[in-house]
Amino acid sequence: MRFTHIFVLLTVCTLLSTITLMNSNNGDTEMQFATLNSELEATPGQPSNPTPLSAEASPAKFAIEIHQPDGPPMIELKVPDSDTAEAKIACSTCHSLREPDFSNKSDVALDQFHQGLKVSHGQLACYACHNPQDMGALRGADGSRIEFRNVISLCSQCHGKIAEAFAHGAHGGMNGFWDLSRGPQLKNNCIDCHAPHAPRYPKMIVGFKPHDRFLDLKDEHATHP
Amino acid sequence: MPPTPESQNKQSLPIAENVTRRAIVKGGFATLGASAFVAAVSPLRNATQYTSPAAFLQQHYTELSAEDKVDVIARLEAETKENYGADVQIADDRPIPGTKFVYAINLSVCNGNGKCVEACHRENNHDRSTNQSYIRVIEMPQGTMDLEQGSTTYSGTVPKDGKFYLPVQCQQCDAPPCVNACPVKATWKEEDGIVVVDYNWCIGCRYCEAACPYHARRFNWKKPEIPADEINPDQSYLSNRVRPVGVVEKCTFCLHRTRRGKLPACLEACPTGARVFGNILDKNSNIRWILENKRVYILKEELGTKPAFFYYFQ
Ligand code: HEC
Ligand code: HEC
Ligand code: HEC
Ligand code: HEC
Repeated sequence: MRFTHIFVLLTVCTLLSTITLMNSNNGDTEMQFATLNSELEATPGQPSNPTPLSAEASPAKFAIEIHQPDGPPMIELKVPDSDTAEAKIACSTCHSLREPDFSNKSDVALDQFHQGLKVSHGQLACYACHNPQDMGALRGADGSRIEFRNVISLCSQCHGKIAEAFAHGAHGGMNGFWDLSRGPQLKNNCIDCHAPHAPRYPKMIVGFKPHDRFLDLKDEHATHP
Repeated sequence: MPPTPESQNKQSLPIAENVTRRAIVKGGFATLGASAFVAAVSPLRNATQYTSPAAFLQQHYTELSAEDKVDVIARLEAETKENYGADVQIADDRPIPGTKFVYAINLSVCNGNGKCVEACHRENNHDRSTNQSYIRVIEMPQGTMDLEQGSTTYSGTVPKDGKFYLPVQCQQCDAPPCVNACPVKATWKEEDGIVVVDYNWCIGCRYCEAACPYHARRFNWKKPEIPADEINPDQSYLSNRVRPVGVVEKCTFCLHRTRRGKLPACLEACPTGARVFGNILDKNSNIRWILENKRVYILKEELGTKPAFFYYFQ
């Protein structure tokens, strides 16, 4: 064993509440961002109010922005014999007229509509996430309404450990600035990497490889060409 | 190359004229005579033919005055324009006070796709023909942490069953064996923890490369080839400026980005979000949270190199 684990002596759980709130932005863009704080509200055990910065850290002038869907998904309908008229309709257009069918638990049960939809996420039923009162929203474990924009709150209630890691940058990655006194940081949403219905991260193909003489570690100290 | 008076002149200049450089060739080596020493240990000493006399007269980076630095940087920018046809800006990024950089990688999430390797290649103006990069990703059989059991030659679809992926680059050790191995002090550790190389001071002896237990240093066997439009013009003297042939180079945690508050290129390129970077002195940093809340691992701990690079599982 070449790895030995380090004893972590410090046990203080630092909270991520040092991030300043930023104004949630214009709805006209495709993308929307949330502040990290709004996500923390959904994470059990996390305070929802920012605490002051520690004296030693430089003041965070910029926010951590999390990519958000801009609203509920829509269904695209192709109008027959027309190439221009393509309609996007809201879930509620049909579902406000339909009684929720709680027996539709898996994609296999769908024979009238939504055929081809694949759901493989544990053994979750549709209404574990979708809101039977309003298809334009999601549903929390306690029956509460969760907007699609706040989908991270939905994921977090079943994946608490990962959500906590996400809040501390230890899952899900980031872009931009490590130093929030100099610029903002951007983070992907859970659903940017994990399709909610089939959340397993996709396989990838290795593209780029250095062509050095020493590709194999054993030969890495071999001499020059 | 037939020795012309001019080229001999170039080779011997720094040795004859630069007392400081000679003075720091220490111990047994000094008896060899500094000039003979450099000749003996530099595999590409003929590479000096590519270097201008001004380059050889240059002081060791850490001794340069502010005005000297301006001149040196202007010269290097002009050389890049001449040799590569690219307009670049070479900054002199210094450590941010109160900063100590630490890197961590989530091995549960890394899938070995290699995007970090490629991002490093582009960001740091590496030689195109060799696809050089400061990062190697090692495919490891599950259940071991023995680097020698891994391989970097995997390809195709990842992740593969029964494997995990271990990206390795400079660990920016707090007790860096490479720094101690350098006979001319061309490499040193800065206050923010980054181990740097003065490429104009390096004699290419490769002792540091051999001393590094992580295989993290690279030697420029040839003049890097990079098309003008692919050169990253955002450069720093101690970082990603185009390196001359015959010198050793290494990961600098992208100091030309990180000392300006940005995240390293390899981190931004990672599609799985496996990489975490930050200032360990900031109590509220991500990196601090990881060290306090996750079981973290370091590579080859028994060597006492004290890496500033950690690995964790979620
Ligand atoms: C054109 C009408 C229509 C639209 C628009 C529509 N649905 Fe449906 N949906 C249906 C029908 C019909 C069923 C029943 C399918 C079956 O049983 O085969 C259904 C079933 C479902 C179910 C399974 C649970 C149940 O009550 O049957 C879910 C969940 C669901 N839809 C979600 C959505 C969401 C989310 C949207 C918006 C993105 C949406 N639907 C838009 C017609 C629609
Ligand atoms: C893990 C929670 C979860 C479960 C379980 C789930 N959904 Fe969804 N579903 C979502 C989320 C979140 C979205 C919105 C995705 C987005 O914004 O891109 C969505 C979107 C949809 C949409 C519209 C977009 C699309 O993918 O076509 C339909 C239709 C839908 N769900 C139907 C269903 C049906 C039917 C089931 C059960 C067979 C189901 N969902 C199970 C979370 C879930
Ligand atoms: C109601 C609880 C619940 C909700 C809500 C939920 N999940 Fe899950 N998730 C599960 C369960 C159960 C599993 C299966 C765990 C297993 O197989 O061990 C799972 C598995 C996963 C996996 C691993 C998949 C794999 O095959 O490796 C990912 C990734 C994931 N969920 C992401 C999400 C995301 C993103 C959301 C929000 C859109 C979400 N989950 C919402 C319960 C939930
Ligand atoms: C930048 C992409 C990215 C983002 C954003 C992201 N994840 Fe992941 N996640 C991954 C990858 C990659 C894996 C590892 C997949 C594998 O095992 O192959 C993973 C694994 C998981 C797993 C499986 C964990 C296990 O132990 O098997 C869960 C659950 C999960 N993520 C939930 C989430 C949730 C919840 C969020 C949002 C708070 C989120 N992820 C955000 C990339 C991401």
